Amino acid sequence: MMKKKFFALMMAMVMVLSLAACGGDSGTTDTPDSTDAPENTGTEATGAAFKLGGTGPLTGGAAIYGNAAKNGAQIAVDEINAMGGIQFELKYEDDTHDAEKAVNAYNALKDWGMQISLGSVTSKPCEATSAETYADRVFALTPSASSTGTIEGKDNMFQMCFMDPNQGTASAQYIADKGLGAKIAVIWKNDDPYSKGIHDTFIAKAAELGLQVVSDTTFADGNDTDFSVQLSDAQSNGADLVFLPMYYQPASLILAQANSKGYTPKWFGVDGMDGILTMDGFDTALAEGVMLLTPFNADSTDERTAAFVAKYQEQFGEIPNQFAADAYDCVYAYKQALEAAGATPDMSAEELCDLMIAQFTSMTFDGLTGESMTWDASGAVSKSPKGMVIENGAYVGLD
Amino acid sequence: MKALKLNKTTRRNYLTYALVILAYAILQIMGSTGSLSSSLKGMLVPICAYVVMAVSLNLTVGVLGELSLGHAGFMSVGAFTGVTVAVALQDAIPAAPVRMVIALIVGAAFAALAGFLIGIPVLRLNGDYLAIVTLAFGEIIKSIFNNLYVGVDAGGLHMSLLSDKTNLADGGRLIIGGPMGIGGIQKISTFTAGFLLVMVTLVIVFHLVNSRAGRAIMAIRDNRIAAESVGVNITKYKMMAFVTSAALAGSSGVLFAMNYSTIVANKFDFNTSILVLVFVVLGGLGNMLGSIIAAAALTILPEALRQFSDYRMLVYAIVLILVMLATNNPTFKAFFSRFKPGNRSGKEAA
Repeated sequence: MMKKKFFALMMAMVMVLSLAACGGDSGTTDTPDSTDAPENTGTEATGAAFKLGGTGPLTGGAAIYGNAAKNGAQIAVDEINAMGGIQFELKYEDDTHDAEKAVNAYNALKDWGMQISLGSVTSKPCEATSAETYADRVFALTPSASSTGTIEGKDNMFQMCFMDPNQGTASAQYIADKGLGAKIAVIWKNDDPYSKGIHDTFIAKAAELGLQVVSDTTFADGNDTDFSVQLSDAQSNGADLVFLPMYYQPASLILAQANSKGYTPKWFGVDGMDGILTMDGFDTALAEGVMLLTPFNADSTDERTAAFVAKYQEQFGEIPNQFAADAYDCVYAYKQALEAAGATPDMSAEELCDLMIAQFTSMTFDGLTGESMTWDASGAVSKSPKGMVIENGAYVGLD
Repeated sequence: MKALKLNKTTRRNYLTYALVILAYAILQIMGSTGSLSSSLKGMLVPICAYVVMAVSLNLTVGVLGELSLGHAGFMSVGAFTGVTVAVALQDAIPAAPVRMVIALIVGAAFAALAGFLIGIPVLRLNGDYLAIVTLAFGEIIKSIFNNLYVGVDAGGLHMSLLSDKTNLADGGRLIIGGPMGIGGIQKISTFTAGFLLVMVTLVIVFHLVNSRAGRAIMAIRDNRIAAESVGVNITKYKMMAFVTSAALAGSSGVLFAMNYSTIVANKFDFNTSILVLVFVVLGGLGNMLGSIIAAAALTILPEALRQFSDYRMLVYAIVLILVMLATNNPTFKAFFSRFKPGNRSGKEAA
């Protein structure tokens, strides 16, 4: 009896596995570079294409970022491969926004034969993988890991996005320059390095610029569903602008709850807010008038941006956010650097690492997320954020 | 009859030691010949850490018979205190292995202290109530570390809560940065250190379980009232098991944290506690070898399933359910009855 049941279960499992395998194949038709068969591509194909790998949260709470970066990078890789010349092979591994899993994912990529890395998409995982890439001498350029710890003390780790502290100061500067609010409330997540990094520098810069912060309230993991206390505090102190340095999920709840309370201040976010419009089940009308600082504008009339947005929409059915654009830029920056250095795909990761360090500290790069970007030796990029406002469910440039 | 049973336990313990040593030897040989994939190599230290966690939790859940849902909290205490010590001593003691040992001892000591303090109120409770309270304590520990700032400079350690008021002198370094956790950790955990820690853990746990105290602990598990009636000091023995378990979890936390360049308090949340509990339940309550195998297998499994990409966690869950069914233990309660005396041997091999 028991045996029979067990046998039936085993059969069920075999069926599920085979289904999963089929599903995997048909599901990834949008990623033509056979990212699905790691074992086979790992042994051959050396000498033909540069193996480019990255980790990011492809599942879990931060999956929008990981998938956007993966898709953006994939579009760039497809375009570059179609041009001839330098060829790339791209592989993204899931790290579920966890440092431990990110190191595992990085090691899996190393087994695959990765030569240059796209780091990790989110900050803490990237701090963990950047220590690995530093020890292994693999060059890494992260699209979106913005904490200072990511690049600190590592000569071969570079960023495509601006750093957290810069976002805080830039936001305060922007609010002061444009005179957006007289009384400011800040709601932030006190167990999140990203949120804290921005909050601290924002408060410091606001004090320097004479901005009046009337309410400064926090939340944390586990109590991030009810914001009535924070919103009441902001409202009773008469805040006319609320600064939200956080990711888009809590922000979406804050917007919804403020709306039901009838509290309508100006909202100001940072790049973590990007993605709120494509979130499942979110009423985009709530985000109407939300301002945020982001380096990328999907509505730009710039020819390359328009082409990228069109292609992204066609392949993945949504408007790309800043993460997708950053990853797209990363791949093109690699192309430019590899061409300039005369690198060939049969070089080892270590050789490429030295070449890339030399290139990135000296070159100037024009991408979707900024013109004439440069990198200093620390790995930080210099580019200026753009102010955006959400109008009719889309980002529109403020300036 | 009694002599035979004891013999069996001893044999089983030696088998556990032998298997762990064998696994270490094989992996070391594979590592030196380069036939080990980077993926597996990177997981060796975390596996050791999880093995220690599973064995130590098994002491609470399997041997003491109390369900603890806050075990990751002790891991967290060990991780943060141990790393703080290792960073503070970075210049004073340049030899990494010595620093590692000191960090492990300090981490274990602080976790034991935390275990003792938590044990005072918690061990007055039983069953479900105890489980819920341990869960709450795990969350409290997480909250504390999320709001704790510790820095070191020439004047020694500075500490503050809620916001960074450490006011470090020039050349000082902020070690624990609240929600930022600890960054820039020197990776001094090695597989050998992990292996030694697993061996030490096994020696401690086996000796405790097979001692007079261990029998008293199991007597409390089997029938609290009967144990009390023959004069067993319930609080003392419960505390002994709980504190030992916490100390071992603390040392595991040190090992784990020193393997990554960065560690945050949120890593040691409820999910991690449950993950370790899954190792214990899957391996069999009171069965240390089972815990070791389950911890190793379930750490490797999600990585081995990477080729299923999007369906990875689905497959993982299905495998988990199948293994649970296959080991023929439909309910949690059945586990407890399985390890009642007289029903001990034989089935454990499953």
